[in-house]
Amino acid sequence: MLGDSSRRGVVLSTTSTVVVLGVLVGVFLLAPGSAQVRHTFFNPTDMWQSFVGDPKAGYYSVGAALWLNIRMFVAAEILILIFALVVAVIRQSTGPVLLPLRVAATVYVDVARGVPLILIIFALGYGLPALQLTVISDQSAAVYGVAALVLSYSAYVAEVYRAGINSVHRSQVAAARSLGLTQGASMRYVILPQAIRNIIPPLLNDFISLQKDTAQVGLLGAIEANKAAEIYSSTVFNYSSYVVAAILFLALTIPLARFTDHLIRRDQARRLAGAGQLWAERARFPFPVRGIGKRCGSRGCASRSARTRCSAGWTWTWPRTRSSA
Amino acid sequence: MAPHEVICLIGASGSGKSTLLRCVNLLERIDAGTIWLDGQAITRPGVDENAVRRHIGIVFQSFNLFPHMTVERNVTLAPMKVLGLSRAEAVSQAAELLDRFGLGEKRADYPDRLSGGQQQRVAIVRALAMRPRLMLLDEVTSALDPELVADVLDVIRELAEGGMTMLIATHEMGFARDIASRVCFLADGQIVEQAPPARLFSEPSDERTRRFLRRIVDAGRL
Repeated sequence: MLGDSSRRGVVLSTTSTVVVLGVLVGVFLLAPGSAQVRHTFFNPTDMWQSFVGDPKAGYYSVGAALWLNIRMFVAAEILILIFALVVAVIRQSTGPVLLPLRVAATVYVDVARGVPLILIIFALGYGLPALQLTVISDQSAAVYGVAALVLSYSAYVAEVYRAGINSVHRSQVAAARSLGLTQGASMRYVILPQAIRNIIPPLLNDFISLQKDTAQVGLLGAIEANKAAEIYSSTVFNYSSYVVAAILFLALTIPLARFTDHLIRRDQARRLAGAGQLWAERARFPFPVRGIGKRCGSRGCASRSARTRCSAGWTWTWPRTRSSA
Repeated sequence: MAPHEVICLIGASGSGKSTLLRCVNLLERIDAGTIWLDGQAITRPGVDENAVRRHIGIVFQSFNLFPHMTVERNVTLAPMKVLGLSRAEAVSQAAELLDRFGLGEKRADYPDRLSGGQQQRVAIVRALAMRPRLMLLDEVTSALDPELVADVLDVIRELAEGGMTMLIATHEMGFARDIASRVCFLADGQIVEQAPPARLFSEPSDERTRRFLRRIVDAGRL
């Protein structure tokens, strides 16, 4: 049951949302050029046609083209996770023998972060084919696009990894090394498992950005969603196809953004609740997903949700792990 | 230091107790001097520090358990990865040690579910699992609630009775007097005075030792 004050809160927030939205829609509909804009950008017929596509009329399906974006960002994300980790670990290394590698990694991060993605896409997409090498020069535009995305984003993600590694307290390194573990083993078994859990929210943030940046690969001629929309608009002279592409990109990025927010909120909640339960809960999986929907662990409490008030009061405990039960 | 000897390092904060221990474990680079272990200069350049650390266990003031691993995994990690024990061997050794120190039931728990005293005992077990020839204990009770200190001191006492060679930095003067075969008083990074505890605590020869002990007595800590 909601109390009086919280019910009033719900009513107020709903009303204010409706009013603000109503004003915005009203302005849009009453603007002098409204009819023209609606026809050019929001024409349902054009939106549907560009979504399904018609090869005979000379344009591609925006919906089908999105599949290329999805394949590109999935491939890029996997490669980035690996490549960026290597770069980060090299930058964190200490041995004098590794100095050349360290310098190379630093230069790479500086350059790749400093050059606009679009230039990297052009450089690889037009440069590598022009070299006329076997294999390297014979790839599709999408492959060069993925390579450019990996080069550009790995620099950012490497820095995220590095922040995560530095977030693990130095005493953990001391403890690991004092047991005779080598630097590599300490990194692998002690530092990275803790670091990676700390960086999942910022990592997902970069991936949201990556998902929409796959649209830039269309500049090399790959028929991804944005390129398909462009072809439609230049064939039929209507921009509704771009709106379709925008909606499709939102459908990809918004769920990931909400998921990231969810992880951040949960992390904060648990930090406030005391670090005591943190690891016991997280240990189930590299990132804390599975606790959702589990029964609250407080005695006599039937609450199932992580974020509602638990029937035992505000101080509810996280589900016990299988091991401690 | 002779085998089976228990040396306690006492002295004010900042006198160099912890630094000395960290130097022995090669966690700190030394500027001058040499540290010998079994007739080998372990501070010589080019020495395999991982091999040295294999023989020296250290327990820290702040436990430094690995929070993302269960108690058992904390204890078995290094024996498996460094000594090359199989999982079964490491697990059975860990079970034996944990049982011995009353932690058998905590095997599958994560460190943050344990009390400070339990965590520190796990940290001691973790070091023991490497079968060290020398144990370094760095103010292992300083971060504990008073009522938990006794548990941990009992464990150390048991180790001493078992003949473990130990170098102990501590503020627990009563404990040092009971357990040590030799007590060293440090000030400003130097060993000012060393003697068997009976002599050092009753008739210190150096003025600085006297002053330090007087302050301890005045504070009701001895």
